[in-house]
Amino acid sequence: MKALKRTLGIVWILLGPLSTIFMFWQAWDKISMAPAGIDQTNTALQWGIILLIYIPIAAGLVIFGKYALAGEFDELPTNSEEL
Amino acid sequence: MNHQPKTNNIFKVIGASSLGTLIEWYDFYIFGSLATIIGSQLFPSDAGASALINTLAIFAAGFIVRPFGALVFGRLGDLIGRKYTFLLTLVLMGGSTFLIGLIPSYQSIGYAAPILVLILRLIQGLALGGEYGGAATYVAEHAPKGKRGFFTSWIQTTATLGLFLSLGVIVLTKNIIGAEQFADWGWRVPFLLSIVLILVSVYIRMKMHESPLFSKLKSEGNISKNPLKESFSKKSNFKMVLLALFGAAMGQGVVWYTGQFYAQSFIENTCKVDFNDSRYMLLWGIAFATPFFVIFGAWSDKVGRKWIMLTGMLLGVLCYRPIYQEFLDRTDVSNVTPTEIKEISAPITLRTAIHENGDSLATTTTIVSLLDGSSFHKVQVDTVYADASKAIGHAPVLYKDKKLASNDFWVFVGLIFFQVLLVTMVYGPIAAFLVELFPTKIRYTSMSLPYHIGNGVFGGLVPFVATLIASFKGSTPLSGLWYPIGIAALCFVIGTIYLSNKRDENVND
Repeated sequence: MKALKRTLGIVWILLGPLSTIFMFWQAWDKISMAPAGIDQTNTALQWGIILLIYIPIAAGLVIFGKYALAGEFDELPTNSEEL
Repeated sequence: MNHQPKTNNIFKVIGASSLGTLIEWYDFYIFGSLATIIGSQLFPSDAGASALINTLAIFAAGFIVRPFGALVFGRLGDLIGRKYTFLLTLVLMGGSTFLIGLIPSYQSIGYAAPILVLILRLIQGLALGGEYGGAATYVAEHAPKGKRGFFTSWIQTTATLGLFLSLGVIVLTKNIIGAEQFADWGWRVPFLLSIVLILVSVYIRMKMHESPLFSKLKSEGNISKNPLKESFSKKSNFKMVLLALFGAAMGQGVVWYTGQFYAQSFIENTCKVDFNDSRYMLLWGIAFATPFFVIFGAWSDKVGRKWIMLTGMLLGVLCYRPIYQEFLDRTDVSNVTPTEIKEISAPITLRTAIHENGDSLATTTTIVSLLDGSSFHKVQVDTVYADASKAIGHAPVLYKDKKLASNDFWVFVGLIFFQVLLVTMVYGPIAAFLVELFPTKIRYTSMSLPYHIGNGVFGGLVPFVATLIASFKGSTPLSGLWYPIGIAALCFVIGTIYLSNKRDENVND
């Protein structure tokens, strides 16, 4: 299980930037498809909000993967003295 | 030193904490439940679908700031104490909700209306971000060993009961004053009513004592000097924040909001079920399922938190598409045969001028009643040109305001009940789970952030993101479900591999 936890760390590290690229691509696609004018502004605003929220979360996923790869989750605290 | 309270005291603690939290959730959800009406009040009347999306954006903004509220008030709670912090959040929430009820419409003050509501909505989000972590921590720190899941599960019922209360007040107000008056000014009543509820709750909370664990830390001079720094710059703690988010909270959030909010939005806006019927279904589903918060919370004290929560997520991943397909199938009236029809009302046609040259829209509505007791409105919108040589333009026929037959209604209630049951599985044990991950001196801050990113951001955005995905070219009505299914599946995998199933008997560090 420890090996699996560490190996999957690589997946989480990659998933962060890859999913961010996918989100940017989707944003570009949807904004350019929207009719020019208020609709396009509206779409850009919505995607701007989504990306603003998503990027720190994706960064968190990369850090989570880094910790997993380093074995930080091999053993979790079992009582409050270990916290 | 024994900090375990007597049983009657713990129920006073639970009662006082839960009442305030329930009211905060009520305040937060009446906005979501009234999104369509508020959209028509706050945006230009010709904004159409974008009004709803903009309103959902404002609704989503309330969720997005919740993690910031968690940081601001979590820090305060770890510095000055749980009691005074969640008193403050209660006052902020109540005040902003009351003021939303007083905002003039777009017709009166133009774009100042949505801007003011957005500001108040942000305050609501900040307040809620501070409230939940405080209440859960406060109850958990009073709870006796081995019963933390059971006692905190009462706090967990408040979010769903807050939604229940908001729906109940909305339906009751609408039935008393009528649909037209409700759309005009009656939607403000649920917001204004909040001030009474808040005053009662503040009075009760003023009489509460500080958490015994926090008081002990404070008397010993061991409270954190900088809870934010300790929570997020210390690796041993920050890794647990990330694990709580990716392994539990984000999956919990999407299951919560799919089962309760998206279900209602889908039944009303996609299936076109009558306003009241869609809310009655949800009310019944919630009423039947709510006791399971306590059942799963108590059970988690015996078997651990992990597998109850993860089973709820897995069932959501597997069952959402079949459930929502069933919603669509049972409300599809496009293939009704003449032998099924009991009565068709005389058509009523309304004409609306759309051009100075005399072109107009003719909206013809007929009410079709079926032998099985169901009915629906059939709406045909035609463009009638002043120039008689031009052919009349026909838009596709719309079916709306569907009232279901009794058996279909109860099937819907059953499907909603099942979804809320999944909510009770993921949500019932999670307060105890989060409390046990973090030490007392930074618990308020540390548990609040992953909870509000998971529940507020991942979960709160379900109606918005799912509606957005369903509006993409080539999408189907079920396409929006890929968002909660994908997040819940990812969370299930991470939780299965990385979480432990421990039950920490001692959080009195």
